[in-house]
Amino acid sequence: MPETGDHGASIELESLTKRFPGSAQPAVDNVSMEIKAGEVVVFVGPSGCGKSTTLKMINRLIEPTGGRIGIGGEDVTDMDPVELRRRVGYAIQAAGLFPHMTVAQNIALVPKMIGWPKARIRERTEELLDLVGLDPGEFHGRYPRQLSGGQQQRVGVARALAADPPVLLMDEPFGAVDPITRDHLQDELIRLQHELHKTIVFVTHDFDEAIKIGDRIAVLRERSHIAQFDTPEAILTNPADDFVSGFVGAGAALKRLNLTRVRDVGITDYPTAMIDDPLQQIFNRLRAGGTNEVLLLDRRRRPYKWLRRGDLMRARGSLARAGTPVHDTVTRDATLRDALEAVLTDNTGRVAVTGRHGEYTGVVDMQTLMSSVHDLLEADRLDALEHQHELEELRAAQTHAEQEGDQGVTGAGGAVGAR
Amino acid sequence: MNFWQYLENRHQQLLTDAYQHASVVFQCMVVATLLGVLIGVVTYRSEWAGNLATTTTATILTVPALALIGLLIPVVGLGVPPTVIALTLYGLLPVVRNAIVGLRGVDPSLVDAADGIGMSRPVRLLRVELPLAWPPILTGIRVATQMLMGIAAIAAYASGPGLGNIIFRGLASLGSANALNQVLAGTLGIVVLALLFDAAYVLIGRLTISRGIRA
Repeated sequence: MPETGDHGASIELESLTKRFPGSAQPAVDNVSMEIKAGEVVVFVGPSGCGKSTTLKMINRLIEPTGGRIGIGGEDVTDMDPVELRRRVGYAIQAAGLFPHMTVAQNIALVPKMIGWPKARIRERTEELLDLVGLDPGEFHGRYPRQLSGGQQQRVGVARALAADPPVLLMDEPFGAVDPITRDHLQDELIRLQHELHKTIVFVTHDFDEAIKIGDRIAVLRERSHIAQFDTPEAILTNPADDFVSGFVGAGAALKRLNLTRVRDVGITDYPTAMIDDPLQQIFNRLRAGGTNEVLLLDRRRRPYKWLRRGDLMRARGSLARAGTPVHDTVTRDATLRDALEAVLTDNTGRVAVTGRHGEYTGVVDMQTLMSSVHDLLEADRLDALEHQHELEELRAAQTHAEQEGDQGVTGAGGAVGAR
Repeated sequence: MNFWQYLENRHQQLLTDAYQHASVVFQCMVVATLLGVLIGVVTYRSEWAGNLATTTTATILTVPALALIGLLIPVVGLGVPPTVIALTLYGLLPVVRNAIVGLRGVDPSLVDAADGIGMSRPVRLLRVELPLAWPPILTGIRVATQMLMGIAAIAAYASGPGLGNIIFRGLASLGSANALNQVLAGTLGIVVLALLFDAAYVLIGRLTISRGIRA
């Protein structure tokens, strides 16, 4: 397992079993799974299905009763658990920040334990706070109780990432925050993952969260049996059985919108003006741009107002009251569903896309959304057809094999015997 | 001789007694704290061991101080030893009980987080569990100190040090000129000492309890 590095390590689970003393059934029964380096895998399933137990066996917070765990090709089943856990990031529900330590002290814990020099720890703490979107100067010395739930969770993620572990385990990390904050945190995590390429194992019982975050989703049923382990697209269009389709729930087409991000569709440029620009210049730009509107940015280049031609006429030298304020913006990592929502609520029929610090990067409009959704659904349908076709061929081959078989036994057993 | 004149005449003696009183209480408290927290740390994780520790220390407290000191004299002799042993034993209960309650009261998700980020048992105890359990432990120490202040006076019965000596002397010579002054001076001295100690604990709390968990 690499000590540090910005790329993840693969995880191999080999017939992992956990039997708690005093219970007849194992809590986790014979789970085998391969997670590729740099991949986000989400364990999703009803409560009590053993998804959390499975996760906790990866860093051996719960010792498996059987099976093996490999990380980055190294067998860690018998490694010193303390040593192992320092190399695997761990984030939990409600962040689990230590209330008696400041934000900086919480983040510095793991680097301190593995003996980084002070200067490097300080540097890393500032870097991480910045990475999770908290101003280091402001939050550095605060105590957890002085933070909102969402901010605590960000610090929790920063702490988990502190020593730059290749693997990050997240146990329902966003379960205790309100839906709006959760949405933001999910977007942040996706953005982070774009920069870091860690291997992330994420546990949730929220299927929508799973499809939003996961590269692949493992739908688990009781005793952590894998009902389906596939990409979100495949699970949505092709659920393996009734259990999975029950979990997917209604509105699969709408959920499909959650799977594509704004950055994957065409972000177009739009005429903009700074709030300090002279009126005449804005006017000229409006005329040159060939549009009816211009997007006014504030001093930090964040979208501020939509200005129509008429607004400018009425403005009479002051922009203070002219135009409609921008209600909603989306980031490049927002889902098409968020974008659609924003476009539908904004009466301009488009939504501004912003970068990391809220600065303007482009716009997405209704046309772009509709055409890309259309393309997506078409592509999915073709995939599903192909998949079905493959299954049919496989079945035909099996039937053929059975008929060719000497004993003429029916059923899968016969097919295997004939081969 | 009125009370003030008495104080003026005997202030040297009184200060020495007060100093010895404070000193014996302080030293016994240090020992009781170390021992009490240690017992707490060793027993809090097991249901029965924790209960056993609490019950045992509680039982010690039910023995009357005079009786305990009296029983110790034949074993360890007169003077300082029976005093120190008795005071330390009495100081244990509040510390042990609060240490166990405090350590058990640490949010399990924080213990999980501590394990999850790779803290070993001793590190987890020192950096997470004890700091979080410290406010109740300090309260226990405070209560124990108040209690020992009074009990230490009885140590004079075994020729121990402290303000108890004047009280006993006064009580023995009730009716004589200075008897009341002696009892009064000893008792008030103990009260003043107790208040001073309490103030010190408030200060210690300010300095040692993290701002993040201070009420």
